[in-house]
Amino acid sequence: MLSSARVRELNATAEQIRETIVQMLVAAGSGHTAGPLGMADVFTALYFEVLTHDPKKPEWPERDWLILSNGHIVPVRYAAMAHAGYFPVAECLTLRQFGSRLQGHPERELLPGLETTSGPLGEGLGQAAGIAYGLRMDGKPNRVYCIMGDGEQNEGSVWESVMWAGKEKLNNLVVIVDRNNIQIDGMTEQVMPLEPFADKYRAFNWNVLEVDGHNIPQFVAACEESKQSLRPTLIIAHTIPGKGVKEIEGDYRWHGKPPSKDEAKRFLEELRTLGGKISSEHQ
Amino acid sequence: MLIETLSEKIFDTPEMAATRDGFGKGSVEAGKADERVMVLTADLAESTRAEWFQKEFPNRFIEMGVAEQNMAVVASGLANYGKIPYTTSYAAFNPGRNWEHIRTTIALTKLPVIVCGMHAGLQTGADGATHQMLEDIALMRALPNVTVLSPCDAEEAKKATAAAARVGGPVYIRFGREKTPVMTTSTTPFEIGTGIELWRGVAPQVALVSTGVLAYQTLLAAKQLETQGISVVVANIHTIKPIDETLLEKLARECGAVVTVEEHQMTGGLGSAVAETLSRKYPVPQEYIAVQNRFGQSGKASELFAEYGLTSERIVEATARAISRKTI
Ligand SMILES: Cc1ncc(C[n+]2csc(CCOP(=O)(O)OP(=O)(O)O)c2C)c(N)n1
Ligand SMILES: [Mg+2]
Repeated sequence: MLSSARVRELNATAEQIRETIVQMLVAAGSGHTAGPLGMADVFTALYFEVLTHDPKKPEWPERDWLILSNGHIVPVRYAAMAHAGYFPVAECLTLRQFGSRLQGHPERELLPGLETTSGPLGEGLGQAAGIAYGLRMDGKPNRVYCIMGDGEQNEGSVWESVMWAGKEKLNNLVVIVDRNNIQIDGMTEQVMPLEPFADKYRAFNWNVLEVDGHNIPQFVAACEESKQSLRPTLIIAHTIPGKGVKEIEGDYRWHGKPPSKDEAKRFLEELRTLGGKISSEHQ
Repeated sequence: MLIETLSEKIFDTPEMAATRDGFGKGSVEAGKADERVMVLTADLAESTRAEWFQKEFPNRFIEMGVAEQNMAVVASGLANYGKIPYTTSYAAFNPGRNWEHIRTTIALTKLPVIVCGMHAGLQTGADGATHQMLEDIALMRALPNVTVLSPCDAEEAKKATAAAARVGGPVYIRFGREKTPVMTTSTTPFEIGTGIELWRGVAPQVALVSTGVLAYQTLLAAKQLETQGISVVVANIHTIKPIDETLLEKLARECGAVVTVEEHQMTGGLGSAVAETLSRKYPVPQEYIAVQNRFGQSGKASELFAEYGLTSERIVEATARAISRKTI
């Protein structure tokens, strides 16, 4: 159980990460807003609580592996990595620019700690499962976490990997699906219905947990619980796309566009007052 | 000099439009001309411009979700049944992701599916290497039975899109994301399989053969070369397969050297197609403006074109190299 002081700290970190995301997107002039803001709490929990890792030694053999399959939400990963100490936060402002290590979609050879290259959807889980299989072969205790989108579940290759990980009972593997109910062309249940989503993974021999993706202690507890499973675990993280900025929350049209300068100013103000609210509520 | 149907105004104040917009218009045109025409998309209705067709013909549009492999095989089924489906996504995924599905169920089976690859090339920009498809022409050109089109501007893209429905077999069309100069007009000829000259100097010394939106850079190079007293022909090869062997051989004989220009890997693209033709018909020195065995990266389109050598300056230099290699 996390202490309330620790939860407060993590929530404050998540708000900082959200601010960084807005700043980097407006500097880039292109990129994705909804998914990264929606996943800020999950990434904070992972990098600041759940993962065994060392920002100064990204290749540390004892580390847990974090695979980002839905590469388009990488601004949240860059921001979380920077705040965790992998590289200077100022470098976030080079996102998507010519010569930057922070490519529009993540490239593992450019920035240590990314683990894989992604962007094309449906390719992360198989890679994560391969890593998990290798770790288990060698009797290693490291865990593998793989983040996917809910729209991404449309890809057939996802289900090939789900089936294989289920067959192999890869219980060192945890998938976190950003269940934000949006994809590019609209709401997931209209574009390609996913429900009953949990049942689908259960039918493929997975352990399934559901959490509020903005409740950090709940998410951390689910990661802890996954360690008891004899099968791979899916954590369905229910999130609000664009979380933290009321005027864009839940709106699929913010999937793939950045805020303008004026919008960013408004968004940052709102995030800052929200940050203030969170700390004052607990004082 | 520019050919008749192109205006000098393209050098000063060109109208700008993306070739994907040409798809949007051309697919609506095709839909009006033939009620068998359908458009499928894989969660990219807006950016592929599939939604322009969707608005006009909602009952002949299908949202497939993010599932390009399924889109290809479903399109094959629709075509087998008697429809003429256009499949739309980014070129990296259509035909990148679903290539074997296309190979077996569309190309081998000779079905009239029009595979539309959007956001091809470096111009995709900030999204980076994963999304900058530079191998699509190689992939599709290698397949028997497939017509491969790579229009030079939005107007030609519209014509290519509309014409594709009349081919009666598999077609691949490549489109770009960025707004680029519109050079051709409604009166510029377009016929699948027939390359067109866009510029012709007197007693040309080199043939500049381009495909796609770099035709504009090629024209800028021709203009610059003219001021240096070097006369060239610029030919736009919108049909990469079947390639216009007659035109290529004629230009090789006339000019004695060729520069090929494309926004694609050198391996397997237009340059390869031209070399395969001329090495058999009439070998001449050839220089290549193309991506040289590298992946793309994030950046503005203009920065990337400069970094990868796809500019009029590089075309001018390549032309000088081609001339220096001429034996006659
Ligand atoms: C193979 C593939 N097809 C299409 C795309 C384009 N694309 C990027 S994100 C996306 C929607 C994915 O939905 P979801 O995973 O729910 O992401 P969210 O909108 O919630 O951020 C699509 C279609 C892609 N990146 N890869
Ligand atoms: Mg989603």
